[in-house]
Amino acid sequence: MYVNLDSVPWHAAGGGLMIGAAVALLLLFNGRIAGISGIVGGLYRMQKGDIGWRVIFILGLILSVAIWKFFFVLPEIAIETNYTMLALAGFLVGYGTRLGSGCTSGHGVCGISRRSPRSIAATTVFMLAGFMTVYLIRHVSTF
Amino acid sequence: MVNFIALLSGIVFGLGIILSGMVNPAIVLAFLDITGNWDSALLWVMGGAVAVGSIAFALAMKRTNSYLGLSMQIPAVTKIDGRLLLGSLVFGVGWGIAGICPGPAVVLAGTGSIDALVFLVAMLLGMGIYQNLQGRG
Repeated sequence: MYVNLDSVPWHAAGGGLMIGAAVALLLLFNGRIAGISGIVGGLYRMQKGDIGWRVIFILGLILSVAIWKFFFVLPEIAIETNYTMLALAGFLVGYGTRLGSGCTSGHGVCGISRRSPRSIAATTVFMLAGFMTVYLIRHVSTF
Repeated sequence: MVNFIALLSGIVFGLGIILSGMVNPAIVLAFLDITGNWDSALLWVMGGAVAVGSIAFALAMKRTNSYLGLSMQIPAVTKIDGRLLLGSLVFGVGWGIAGICPGPAVVLAGTGSIDALVFLVAMLLGMGIYQNLQGRG
């Protein structure tokens, strides 16, 4: 078996390495897990001294768009979900990631990087749920 | 310094989300569409991130303090319980509906997209309601 190098999505792999680098920075210097739902959700606890870095990290995420646009053109972004479904999806993502203590970054990247059985279980469940949901919406539902 | 690292990490994370294509929900949905025209991109993103992340965690787990002298806050919980599984299920359904998870939601909001803002506000509401129920329970 071999991998055809032409078929490797280098943008995706390169972006992944950058996400890994961001995780490494926050972990090794600040001792924190770069899980986005955890960083955002932690704001609600309003614990003194634990708010600033969260807000600044989130600002960095937002600022990345402006920095990217300074050098390159943003890639195509296609959102075809209507407002009602977007709101429902957002709500489920917000509630679910807090109940399950993590999302694609916290469990999927950080958790798997440290081989946490809990995160591997969580990632398996949200991937399967994602597969199932897209299957139902695209290939079964008639509306 | 702590805040500078947080800013830098946020920026690099966001640039990674944009470069990888994960800022585009259509690409995420194409990954989740296993019986359709499947796109493997998300797997490569996770592979790249976990490759670097594994080194970082291997280094971090040998230490009690970070390079800046802060405590290493690595989750100690190991129990796979109903909350973890139910929460992940609910998250996965929401992810499958729109193809957006929390990281890209924030980055997308940075593009000024109204669609993304609708998603983000609903996500923040979901988190808030969770926190509220937690506080009372």
